[in-house]
Amino acid sequence: MSATPPVNALDAPVASSNVSDLVSQPYRYGFVTDIETEKIAKGLSEEVVRLISAKKKEPQFLLDFRLRAFRQWQRMAEPDWAALGYPPIDYQDIVYYAAPKQEQKKASLDEVDPKLLETFDKLGIPLSEQKRLSNVAVDAVFDSVSIATTYKEQLAEHGVIFCSFSEAVEEHPELIERYLGSVVPIADNYFAALNSAVFSDGSFVFIPKGVTCPMDLSTYFRINSGDTGQFERTLIVAEEGASVSYLEGCTAPMFDTNQLHAAVVELVALDDASIKYSTVQNWYAGDENGKGGIYNFVTKRGICKGARSHISWTQVETGSAITWKYPSCVLAGADSVGEFYSVALTNNCQQADTGTKMVHVGPRSRSTIVSKGISAGRSANSYRGLVQMGAKAIGARNYSQCDSMLIGDQAAANTYPYIRSQQPQATVEHEASTCRISEDQLFYLQSRGIAFEEAVSMMVSGFCRDVFNQLPLEFAAEADKLLALKLEGSVG
Amino acid sequence: MSESPVLLEITDLRASVADQEILCGVNLTVRAGEIHAVMGRNGSGKSTLSKVIAGHPSYTITGGSVRFRGQDIAELAPEERSRAGVFLGFQYPVEIPGVSNLEFLRVSTNARRQAQDLEELDTFSFEEHLQQRLELVQMDPSFLERSLNEGFSGGEKKRNEILQMALLEPVLAILDETDSGLDIDALRIVAEGVNHLAGPDNATLLITHYQRLLDSITPQFVHVMAHGRILRTGGPELALELERRGYDWVDAEAGVTSRSPEVLA
Repeated sequence: MSATPPVNALDAPVASSNVSDLVSQPYRYGFVTDIETEKIAKGLSEEVVRLISAKKKEPQFLLDFRLRAFRQWQRMAEPDWAALGYPPIDYQDIVYYAAPKQEQKKASLDEVDPKLLETFDKLGIPLSEQKRLSNVAVDAVFDSVSIATTYKEQLAEHGVIFCSFSEAVEEHPELIERYLGSVVPIADNYFAALNSAVFSDGSFVFIPKGVTCPMDLSTYFRINSGDTGQFERTLIVAEEGASVSYLEGCTAPMFDTNQLHAAVVELVALDDASIKYSTVQNWYAGDENGKGGIYNFVTKRGICKGARSHISWTQVETGSAITWKYPSCVLAGADSVGEFYSVALTNNCQQADTGTKMVHVGPRSRSTIVSKGISAGRSANSYRGLVQMGAKAIGARNYSQCDSMLIGDQAAANTYPYIRSQQPQATVEHEASTCRISEDQLFYLQSRGIAFEEAVSMMVSGFCRDVFNQLPLEFAAEADKLLALKLEGSVG
Repeated sequence: MSESPVLLEITDLRASVADQEILCGVNLTVRAGEIHAVMGRNGSGKSTLSKVIAGHPSYTITGGSVRFRGQDIAELAPEERSRAGVFLGFQYPVEIPGVSNLEFLRVSTNARRQAQDLEELDTFSFEEHLQQRLELVQMDPSFLERSLNEGFSGGEKKRNEILQMALLEPVLAILDETDSGLDIDALRIVAEGVNHLAGPDNATLLITHYQRLLDSITPQFVHVMAHGRILRTGGPELALELERRGYDWVDAEAGVTSRSPEVLA
């Protein structure tokens, strides 16, 4: 199919006064938890890297990994190819390690500082036995450390390892040494190198051969400190025939300064394994004038190492002042499958440059990309995606669909598809469309008794349906609500 | 007939779009139980009249008033007018991709029911509620699963409009050129739907420029609109006369020329 026609010139744009009312909805997770924090001094040096490693009592291989990464990072330059504009980041003005003060990791939740439990309660992620979500195991990460992981014992009965990254380093160093950096090498990019040098905590998931993880796993990331960067590291390994569904959620308080979040996520799927990774990202986006908000520079990549392995990324990006993120798949295994389903909503002064890379190596590997960008306010929303067909990817296929929706008349949407093929027998399809919510569409819905806000929300959620359908059920409803919330407000 | 309550009262209504005056003093009274037809050439302002009554945001009322059941509705949002019982059947229903027709019908029906103090219908009871109305417009239930109006033919879109009218049970139904682009069978289905829904407590305003629709729906009043005003009002025989003689004589008798409508002020 060919690209669908662009915006119908006859469709009048929505009256922007209505839309600006509509999109100025306060952020609901902007509170700060008042808790005593152990922080190291601002700034980054080899000493800081060593200090972080020492604080975590890491084995030598990990310190070496960090130091290699730090030296690499020093030789690299911050990338400037994305369609993003922001003042230079002062990497010496960031705290690289902050942890709520408490003795070691607690054996039981009863010993965790109630303020922390309360924080996660407020965020809708209750951790205590009585209240915790019934079919999702949660790892709660607060600033640089993991606070608690639920259902660990139950999962262990199935041989599933789900714990904080630090714990995994202590208890399963051989797995960490084997897989850490195997998907995203330290020199991959500037932010990945930075993360590799200073990462503090994150989640580790290991699903052994033949096991289907009995429940969804989830990590909830919370940035609390105002001057701290969050550098978490997530590693998920699914052995032969294993499968898991993993969810990630994130929020941060409202500060009028910017916080840096540079995470690395690595997924490894062996023969016939399947990993489904879903994200609902709602970092603080800054105020309506673009003051404050999270800089979200994230490297996410999965390798479909084994034959018939399957990695699926689903992301709903609604927060952050700046999003720089390309969850990718390296399709090495024959008949492996990679998927990327994305909704990126930008509003006010938010900027997003996001997309994916599908690198086809194995024969008959298949990939699907469905990207939905929604731009409102004065925001800029770019899709950037690479589809690469390697010389051996005989019979490989890709299908990409990139749709943009504009709300109001001051938002921008861009699409940058890159297609490289070294294999004449590979198929690449790209389809793109741009639409605007027209006044006539809104009037039609309104004239049937549906209020303006609900009409916008219905159309936006209709636009995103293909992606929301990929989310785990409880997440889909949340995502729908989140988008409605982001676009809702008092209409004058 | 004149005993029945007034539903719509339009007094010296003036309205403009992008600073151009389209309605230049419209007067019209519609009572319960009546069917009115507003006829006129393209550009006479009859479609604008329907959009102004329904509250389209592109049009600004610059003078006069629109009262619905005694209330001035100029300040009401389109959704409030709909909930109060004003229905506009569109000449060109827009396509809304991604929004399921079924879900849309349910949400709008419930919005109206809420205003009528009726119980909201859940997914299950709504489908029952929908069933007999589907039969009225002879619509295949498969349309419910599709996106709202997306890829519908002209006739399917119009039938979907009548289906909405049947669900919303409006007090005042305005049908803007509902007959345009319909084949004979679709026209019959639409006309039957309209006749079926017309009752002693509601009223219908048909906007059309052909006599054709009026063969199957008989109005008590026919108004001829030109240059943003109603120039002549009569009974059903007026429609037949227009069919025979065209519109020019109406202009002439009203002392208006089609070239310079503004001259006569």
